[in-house]
Amino acid sequence: MATVEDRKELIQEVLEAYPAKAKKMRAKHLDVTEAEATDCGVKSNKKSVPGVMTTRGCSYAGAKGVVWGPVKDMIHLSHGPVGCGYYSWSGRRNYYVGTTGVDSFGTMQFTSDFQERDIVFGGDKKLAKIIDELGELFPLSQGTTIESECPVGLIGDDIEAVARQKAKETGLPVIPVRCEGFRGVSQSLGHHIANDTVRDWVLPKADEYRKLPEGFEPGPYDVNIIGDYNIGGDAWPSRLLLEAIGLRVISQFSGDGTFNEVVMAPLAKVNLIHCYRSMNYICRFMEEKYGIGWLEYNFFGPTQIAKSLRKIAAQFDETIQAKAEEVIAKGQARMDQIVAKYRPRLEGKQVMMMVGGLRPRHVVPAFHDLGMEVIATGYEFGHGDDYKRTTDYVKEGTLIYDDVSGYEFEEFAKQLKPDLIAAGIKEKYVFQKMALPFRQMHSWDYSGPYHGYDGFEVFARDMDLAINNPTWGLINTPWEE
Amino acid sequence: MTDNLDNTQTPNVPADPGKIQDHFELFHNDEYQELFDYKRQFEGAYSKEKIEEVAEWTKTWEYREKNFAREALTINPAKACQPLGALFVAAGFEDTLPYSHGSQGCVAYFRTHLTRNYKEPFQAVSSSMTEDAAVFGGLSNLKQGLENSFTLYKPKMIALCTTCMAEVIGDDLGAFITTSKQEGHIPEDLPVPYAHTPSFVGSHITGYDNMLKGILTTLTKGKKAETTNGKFNFNLGFDPYIGNTRELKRILDLFGVDYTILSDNSDAFDSPNTGDFKMYNGLTKLEDAADSINAEGSYFFQKYTTPKCQELTAKEWGQQTYTFRPFGIRGTDEFLMNLSAVTGKPIPKELQEERGRAVDAMTDSQAWIHGKKVALYGDPDHVITVVNFLLELGAEPTHIVVTNSNDKFEAELREILTASPYGQGATVWGGKDLWHLRSLMFTEPVDLLIGNSYGKYLWRDTGTPLVRIGYPIFDRHHMHRYATLGYNGAINQLNWIVNTILEQLDLNTIVPSKTDISFDLIR
Repeated sequence: MATVEDRKELIQEVLEAYPAKAKKMRAKHLDVTEAEATDCGVKSNKKSVPGVMTTRGCSYAGAKGVVWGPVKDMIHLSHGPVGCGYYSWSGRRNYYVGTTGVDSFGTMQFTSDFQERDIVFGGDKKLAKIIDELGELFPLSQGTTIESECPVGLIGDDIEAVARQKAKETGLPVIPVRCEGFRGVSQSLGHHIANDTVRDWVLPKADEYRKLPEGFEPGPYDVNIIGDYNIGGDAWPSRLLLEAIGLRVISQFSGDGTFNEVVMAPLAKVNLIHCYRSMNYICRFMEEKYGIGWLEYNFFGPTQIAKSLRKIAAQFDETIQAKAEEVIAKGQARMDQIVAKYRPRLEGKQVMMMVGGLRPRHVVPAFHDLGMEVIATGYEFGHGDDYKRTTDYVKEGTLIYDDVSGYEFEEFAKQLKPDLIAAGIKEKYVFQKMALPFRQMHSWDYSGPYHGYDGFEVFARDMDLAINNPTWGLINTPWEE
Repeated sequence: MTDNLDNTQTPNVPADPGKIQDHFELFHNDEYQELFDYKRQFEGAYSKEKIEEVAEWTKTWEYREKNFAREALTINPAKACQPLGALFVAAGFEDTLPYSHGSQGCVAYFRTHLTRNYKEPFQAVSSSMTEDAAVFGGLSNLKQGLENSFTLYKPKMIALCTTCMAEVIGDDLGAFITTSKQEGHIPEDLPVPYAHTPSFVGSHITGYDNMLKGILTTLTKGKKAETTNGKFNFNLGFDPYIGNTRELKRILDLFGVDYTILSDNSDAFDSPNTGDFKMYNGLTKLEDAADSINAEGSYFFQKYTTPKCQELTAKEWGQQTYTFRPFGIRGTDEFLMNLSAVTGKPIPKELQEERGRAVDAMTDSQAWIHGKKVALYGDPDHVITVVNFLLELGAEPTHIVVTNSNDKFEAELREILTASPYGQGATVWGGKDLWHLRSLMFTEPVDLLIGNSYGKYLWRDTGTPLVRIGYPIFDRHHMHRYATLGYNGAINQLNWIVNTILEQLDLNTIVPSKTDISFDLIR
C-alpha cells in the first residue's frame, strides 16, 4: 500500500520534466489526499500552461456543447467561422425524442460560416438575416440561441442588439450567448455564461413564454432535473426513479429539454441538480429569486442512488419517503444480483480517473459498489468547491491532479499501473497503446445510460468488458522474449 | 398517466442479470415509452399532426426553393476549418509536434475529431490564449508554449499554425518565432515552420496546403543542390485513408522508384499496439523532406488541396509537377503510364494483373450498378475521384454537393460529366451544404448516397442507402485502413458500393409472404 509520502515523491519526480516556470505553476495543481483533509489541496480554475497538452476545451464548448445544446427544440447557431460548429456537431450524445429538422434540432449544425468580409465588416447584418432564414425554414423552432465564437467578440459585433430586435420581430426568444473561446480558462466559464443568459434573457419573461399543460396546477411534488445532459439517455432512468417515488418532474434542464421546460423551471418546489459544476449558477439564482431550494444528488451506483433518493425524499412528506424505500428495496434486490455477478470479476481493481463536471467524484462510489478502488482522480475544469466536495468521496493517499497535462497523466499511469483508466476520447488510445484498459467517461464510450438502476447495470457490464477484454493478453508478441 | 402519485412504476427485477439492456434496447421498453409520452405535456410541443405536416412540407419543391433561397445561413456543411488540415499534414513528419497558436478549445476539438475517425491517439498542443492575450497579443503565450512543449515533448520540429483568435488580433508568427529563438526559449536550429490558418478563410484543405508549404519552405531552405537526387516526391493531399499511403508505397516499391512521401502519416494514424505508447509516428524523415527540393519531380494526387505547394515545387523549386488521381481504372492507368514514361521503368506485371482483376470484378458487379442514380458530397478532389469511378461503372452521378468548392473545380467536374453518357443528368452544387442536399434528394430521389458519416441523417430521412467514403467516418470501424487508391482500391470501393446495393435489396424484400418473393440466395 502506497503512502501519502510515496505519492508526493511521485509528483515531484514527474514535475522534474518541466521548465522552471511551468514546474512552479503545475506544482500547485497536484497533490495527495491526506487524512482529515477538507479539500484536495490543489489549486484549480487557473489558466492552463501554454504548450502543455491540456484536455480542456473553451467557453463556447461549455455553453453550446453542454448547457444550451441539449435544449432540443431551439436552434443553436454557432456564430462565427465554420470550425467550432463543425467539431461540436453531434459530438455529445445528448439523446432526445423528436423529429430532427422539424421540431428538434439537436444533431444539426447551424453556422454563420464567417468569411473574411464578415471579419472586416462585422457579422451583425448577416446574423439578422440568418434569423429570418431560420424562421422561414424551421417554423416549429421555439427560438434561437447565438453562441459567439472567438472572432465575434474580438471584432466587437453587437449581437445583443440583433437578438433584441429579432426577438421583438419574431415573438420568439433570441438569446445572445457571449461564449467566445478565449474567455476564461476552460469550458467552465461557458457553463456560467450560458446560465447567466437563462437568468437575464429567459427567466424574466418566463410567464410570457410559458405554455402550461392542460389543467396544470403547480403541486407540492413538482421538481426539476437540472444538469443532466442525457448522455446515452442518462436523464431518463433518473426521471423514472423520481417519478417512481411520487415526484412530478416538470422540467429537464437541459438534457432532452425543451425551451418550455426551461421556463417551467421556476414553478417547481425543488431543483434537483446532478452536475453541480455546470448548473449551480442558475440554481442559486432561482433560490434567491423564487425561493426554490436546490439539492445535489448522485445517481451513480446503488449506494449513492439509495442515499440520494432518501435525501430527496426527506424534502417531502412521508408518502414520498415510504415510496422511496419501496423503490430502493426493489432496486437494491436487482442491484445485488448485478453486484454478485460482476464483483468477483472486478474486486480490487484499481482505477485512475480524469473527467469533467461531476464525474471525478460522483463515479467513485459506483466503482466501490463493484469492489474497485479509485487511486487517482481529478477534474479537467473543476473549481475549489468541486475539490472540496471531492474529499467526501476519496480516501487517504488518493492522487489528485487538476487540469492534468498529457505528460503528467501518462507518467502517473506508468508508475501507478492501474487496472483501468477512465477519462476522455483524447486520452483513450494513448493508454490503450500502453495496454491499459480504458473507458471513456465523458460519453460512456458510446454506451450508457450510466445513471439510475438501469444505468448501473450497463456501467457494471462495461467495466467488466474493458478490464476483462481478452485482447489485452494478445499484445505481447510470443516470439519476442 | 396524469396523476403522478399513482405512478408507482419501478424497474423490474430481471430474471437473468446477465441480460443487460443498454440504450439500444432499454428505451424501447414500455416504461420508457410511457415516460416519453408523459414528459411531452411539459415540453410545449406541437401536435403530432402538425409535426407530420411540417415534416412532409420539408420534402416538397416549395421547401426546396425556400431552402435554396438562403443567403446567409449554412446548415450541416461538408467542410471543416483550416487548422484541422494543418495538424493532419504535420503529423506525417518525423518527430513533429503539431502546435496551434490561439485559444485552447480549438486544439481540443481537432484532437477529438481526428481521434474519433482513426481511433488513434492524436497529440497536439496550443498556446492556451485567454482574455489577456486578446488584449496584449499572444507573444508571451507563444514563447512559453514553445519552451514548454519543446522541453516536455522533445520534438525535432514544431509545426505551428494559427486559429481565428490569433489571426484576428494580428499575431505575427514569423517575428514571434524569431524572438522565441533569440531569447533562448527554443534552440536556434529547431525547425518551426508556420502557417496562417484562420477558420474564416477556405477549409481544412486550405490549411493542409498552407502548413505543408510552410514545412517544405522551412526544411528546404538553403538545401538546393546542383544536381537532382534522383527521387520523386509524392503527396496525397487531405486523404483520410492511411491504406492509400501504404498502397502507393507498395506500387512504388514494385516499380523500383526512389521516392519521398511528403507527409506520410500512415503510422501516425495507425500505429501498432505493442504495449508502449510512442508519441511521434510520422514517417517522413526531416532530411528527406529537406532534400525534396532536389527531386526529379513531384506528384500530387489532389489538385485543389495543394495549389500553393504545387506552385512552390514548380516555380520556386523548378521541378516538373504531375497531377494525377490514381483512383478507379483509368485514373490509375494514367498515373502508371506516366510514372513509367517519366522514370523509364516498365509497369510491373503484377500491377497489370491487379488491373485485370479489378476490371473483372467491376464487370461481375456492373449489372447491379448500371444506371443507378447517385448523390455524393465531399472535398473537391475526393468528389472527382468518386465521380470518375461511378462513370466507369455506368452509375449516374446526379446531385454533387461540394461546400468548399471553387470555379476551377466546378469547370473541371462539369467537363468530366459532359464527356460521359452517364454524366448527362448530373448537377453540380458548389458552395452548398447537406441541408440543400436533403431537399435535392427528396424532390429528385436517387438510388444511392456516397459520403462521410454525416450522411447517415440523410439516409434516415430519405431512406437512400449510404456508402461511407470520405472523412470523417465516425460510426463504422476500420474504413480508413483500406485503400481506395489504385486497382486494389477500386476493388474495395466497388465492394462497398455493390454490397450496399445488395444489402438494400435484401432489406426491401425481407417481409415473409409479402415482399420476400425475390429474397434470393444468389445475386
